[in-house]
Amino acid sequence: MNRFSYLRASSVSEAVEAVAGDPAARFIAGGTNLVDLMKYDVERPGRLVDITRLPLNGIEKTPGGGVKIGALVPNSDLAYDDRIRRDYPLLSSAILAGASAQLRNAATTGGNLLQRTRCYYFYDVGTPCNKREPGSGCSAIGGETRIHAILGASDSCIATHPSDMCVALSALEAVVHVQGPRGDRTIPFADFHRLPGDQPEKDNTLEHGEMVTAVELPAPRFGRHHTYLKLRDRLSYAFALVSVAAAIELDGDNIGKARVALGGVAHKPWRDADAEASLKGVLPSSSAFADFADRLLSGARGQGENDFKIELARRAIVRALGQAASGTPQVQSVKQVN
Amino acid sequence: MAQAQAAATSVTLTVNGEPKTLDVAPWETLLDLLRERLRLTGAKKGCDQGQCGACTVLVDGRRVNSCLQLAVMRDGCEITTIEGLGGPDELHPMQAAFVKHDAFQCGYCTPGQICSAVGMIREGHAETSDEIRELMSGNLCRCGAYTNILDAVEEVLAERNAPKLEAAE
Amino acid sequence: MSNVHPYVGRAQPRVDGPLKVSGLARYSAEFAADDLVYAAAVPSTIAKGRIVRIDASAAQSAPGVVEILTHENRPNMPAEDEPYKADMVAVPGGPFRPLRDDRIWFSGQPAALVIADTHENARHAATLVKVEYEALTPEVDVSNARDRAYDPPEKRNGIPPPPPPRGDAEATFKGSVIRLEEEYRVSAEHHNPMELQATTVEWDDGRLVIHNKTQGVNNPKNYVCSVFGLDPEAVQVSTPFVGGAFGMALRPHYDLTLAVMAALKLKRSVRLVLTRGQMYTMGWRPDTLQTVALSAGEDGRLTSVRHEVIQATSQFEDYQEPTVNWSGLVYDCPNVTLGHKLAKVDTSTPSDMRAPGATLGMFALETAMDELSYKLKLDPLELRLKNYAEADQNDGKPFSSKELKAAYETGAERFRWSKRSPEPRSMKEGRELVGYGMATGCWEAMMQPHGASAALTADGRLEVACGTADIGTGTYTILTQIGADAFSMPIEEVTALVGDTRLPMAPVEGGSWAAASAGNAVRLACAALKEELVKRARGLDDSPLANASVDHVVFRDGRIALASDENVAVSYAKLLGAAEGGRIEAMAKFAPDKEFAEKFSSYTHSAVFAEVRVDEELGVVRVERIVSAIAAGKILNLATARSQILGGVVMGIGMALHEETKWDKRLGRIVNANLGEYHVPAHADVKNIDVIFVDEEDDANPLGVKGLGEIGIVGAAAAIGNAVFHATGRRVRHLPITIDKLL
Repeated sequence: MNRFSYLRASSVSEAVEAVAGDPAARFIAGGTNLVDLMKYDVERPGRLVDITRLPLNGIEKTPGGGVKIGALVPNSDLAYDDRIRRDYPLLSSAILAGASAQLRNAATTGGNLLQRTRCYYFYDVGTPCNKREPGSGCSAIGGETRIHAILGASDSCIATHPSDMCVALSALEAVVHVQGPRGDRTIPFADFHRLPGDQPEKDNTLEHGEMVTAVELPAPRFGRHHTYLKLRDRLSYAFALVSVAAAIELDGDNIGKARVALGGVAHKPWRDADAEASLKGVLPSSSAFADFADRLLSGARGQGENDFKIELARRAIVRALGQAASGTPQVQSVKQVN
Repeated sequence: MAQAQAAATSVTLTVNGEPKTLDVAPWETLLDLLRERLRLTGAKKGCDQGQCGACTVLVDGRRVNSCLQLAVMRDGCEITTIEGLGGPDELHPMQAAFVKHDAFQCGYCTPGQICSAVGMIREGHAETSDEIRELMSGNLCRCGAYTNILDAVEEVLAERNAPKLEAAE
Repeated sequence: MSNVHPYVGRAQPRVDGPLKVSGLARYSAEFAADDLVYAAAVPSTIAKGRIVRIDASAAQSAPGVVEILTHENRPNMPAEDEPYKADMVAVPGGPFRPLRDDRIWFSGQPAALVIADTHENARHAATLVKVEYEALTPEVDVSNARDRAYDPPEKRNGIPPPPPPRGDAEATFKGSVIRLEEEYRVSAEHHNPMELQATTVEWDDGRLVIHNKTQGVNNPKNYVCSVFGLDPEAVQVSTPFVGGAFGMALRPHYDLTLAVMAALKLKRSVRLVLTRGQMYTMGWRPDTLQTVALSAGEDGRLTSVRHEVIQATSQFEDYQEPTVNWSGLVYDCPNVTLGHKLAKVDTSTPSDMRAPGATLGMFALETAMDELSYKLKLDPLELRLKNYAEADQNDGKPFSSKELKAAYETGAERFRWSKRSPEPRSMKEGRELVGYGMATGCWEAMMQPHGASAALTADGRLEVACGTADIGTGTYTILTQIGADAFSMPIEEVTALVGDTRLPMAPVEGGSWAAASAGNAVRLACAALKEELVKRARGLDDSPLANASVDHVVFRDGRIALASDENVAVSYAKLLGAAEGGRIEAMAKFAPDKEFAEKFSSYTHSAVFAEVRVDEELGVVRVERIVSAIAAGKILNLATARSQILGGVVMGIGMALHEETKWDKRLGRIVNANLGEYHVPAHADVKNIDVIFVDEEDDANPLGVKGLGEIGIVGAAAAIGNAVFHATGRRVRHLPITIDKLL
């Protein structure tokens, strides 16, 4: 780890000020990704501003019937929270599909949003990487691409976002609350993470010094018609090759509203509102889901080694929508996919 | 070097019940502090990246990877390491169950497995074998003792479950 | 107390268990030393080429830095290769020597060593060392080096090269109707023991106490004495606990060389703990291309076997393992051709990894046998039985024992193999296809000369000792059991010592030979101690045992007594009281019986049965259960023996489904050199494993022991792959069987 100074913030505004005023400063909370990256010399902050003592660890009801989750709520507390389990089981399930129990105990809600890609080359300071060092080139293109993007990649970056929780938040259409040097704002989840384009160094749309303070969920509406289906290279403690968060609101026998987000396939959780709209009024069926999958994956392009992820995603989408439609969500401790 | 040495910070940690006040550099991890400065080498370094679980300790009763914890951030916390659970002559029930079921071979992942299992029981979300397997998957064992680890954990869990899950101590 | 005996043969809890579960067992990185400094290695970022320039100025002035060593300023080291071959497990070629010169042989090779006052400062300063390289294009894919494959001119010591051909496999194959020829490949694997490779050198005024992660303390001792010209009297290697090794810690690695180099230069104690990533630069199971061609008659009898491999090795050494020999001895067949070639790639030298050779070769053979069984429409188990070998046809000897048939039988029964419906894709449960597969495993039952001691100590305890290692295998426990039985003592009164060069000589612990070799050595040492005790008892003034001999006395309850009248006795306390230092010790040496070995071939065998569930649509494979039936002679400890097999099976699950070291082929760098992206099995991947030991009497050594460290993995991956075929009708010949290969 490089040398850095440490500040324990006692208020959100103090933390924001401390980071905003220093381009080399970074917030730290759970540290499960940042400390790891610092050990690899990928992240070299000049100053760490510890926000763990800030009062951002509540889960509160909102007037609109949703919940507002403090940025410092640990992933495991969130996953096991009674209200979240009852009203947002998709979120609970997605969290439990990720990392390990120990990591979930330490990792926070805000930090989960801000975790960085697991691209092999991003982690290897011995190789060029546009995300790590803008303009140095992308080593992944033409290299080992098993874990790389099939959607929304650019010529300068084919990295994926590794979070499971964010895939569920995307499907649930969460809103991110941030506080920055110029005040507070909210960011719809779809606009929070970004595609790499020619600025892959930017994972999201936060300005330097802006801090995630909470994540808000709209009122629950999917009942049991949801699932989080994660496919990976071993049965636990591995990042997704492809994951699907699916939620359906039924209108009689037909689909009223569908929300589907993909993980492991792009620089951000992948959704397509038009494709989702095409499911409205449709009777749930494998063929309808397959048509939807084709639509959602219409722009998919493999990198060679990861070409299989397109077909895997297609099948996973169909299976996940089937689980959601029948109200039999995947249970993460059960390894048999239902 | 031009860059200033960031000042060490005084922190107080309660380690296995004993308060310790130490000056720590910001980049010192809890794991390195335990192993190199407090000589509590029961917490193991297997990857130093949160990818194996060998460094698992209990911080304020919760299991975490100590390799990813900056010690300075844990000021005021209670740390329980494997040494704090029990010694060879007064084993914690989980330690005893691991010996009984031969739930290890080389022993290197073992302190982390045991701290993790104790933490898991406290969390109270593991009831079935599937749940135990999943919730213990953050602790890799290259000797492949998983089935014996499951047996050990199930035995302790069954004893604890007699009335109902309660904080383990 | 005597009714507790014998301990040998029981499920005796691990004697080092309480220390391990309480975190007090000390591993190599965990020894304290005064004035200790910490080293960190700077890994090269290129795989092939030269170091042009090293700028260590920023690192040199970083806080806490004590010294930075590079090839330019390192202490003098011998120029020739010979001193570096003081390694019991060396392979032909020139061993890797860290900081030798500017040449880079593999990615991650240490280019510099930073030594600082703390671990954190060393690690930080290591990132500040700027190394400029002249890079050449590396080749790391053995399949691209196929055309350059060669027969290794020098054969590796102790590794039998393939036996000469017998009969005419080629002509027989060509003339056969029922035949198959396929290529099999197992991706490169790394051992990944949980403990990081580490060395702590305690400097005590020129005397070195070295704690080095090793499978045999004498190997690093010989190596450093040879390389650094040290007086063996001034070097002790002490490694009481080893956090897993699986073959990785057989050879001395650069952590040892560098830590000792630094300690000698600085005259200070030094600790060097490598990173997980750096552990991918020191030995691996080689990427191997295998061709197996089989032919059989209508009756299911094999008529020819051809098995040829091309195995990766480094540019500087010819690593060899017995990969194909098994195909000449597991089944009865008159026409056999075996071949083993190497191809050089720009990586570190491969190394022995759990059942080296057999794991790979038996995967190919047993997958091919499975394929043949479908061509013959024969049950795969039936095919094995039809071709059962009653003798080792490689060298024309009978087996010292071979209860493989019993293993097949009991394994099949426990597994309920008879419930298997023969057609692929014919079994289903819910959404998942169900597959049953089986395979045979085989490993050589080896022994090595070992020394041991046995002593009665002042407190009346028995201490048995041998310079072998316990890498998690249970050596401490079995030696304790053997000692306790020899003296009919409660096991709590017996201490076993291993892992120190002050103890009687033993080679590295590997090849599954430790239990048989160290176990028999301790048994002999106990016998020698009995002789010594009786001799001393006879020599006492007015000794009641004046005319006694070992054959006529019993050793029990702290006394030597006449078997005919146990009231006539001499207590150990009396003998100890008269002994110098209050300790009576005897030594013994065990050597394998050469005559026996000339007459018989000795192998362990296994029958592995696997049930998998496959979600065909999503490519997800789950191993539902495995039954591993083992024929391996006498089992000393049912608990630790079972654990050994469980461990082998779990590693076999990893090999079958997950494990693959991936290189970027352009850069020659391993992209998944960590436990997050190199997937060893996690707890959730392992469900039910049933281990059976069948009775097997063997006379190769007095204990009747054959060894268990390797056999558990052999055949496991093939059984799983065969089960996947049975479930899906898809044959995956390139491991691991990842999701993409089943879509």
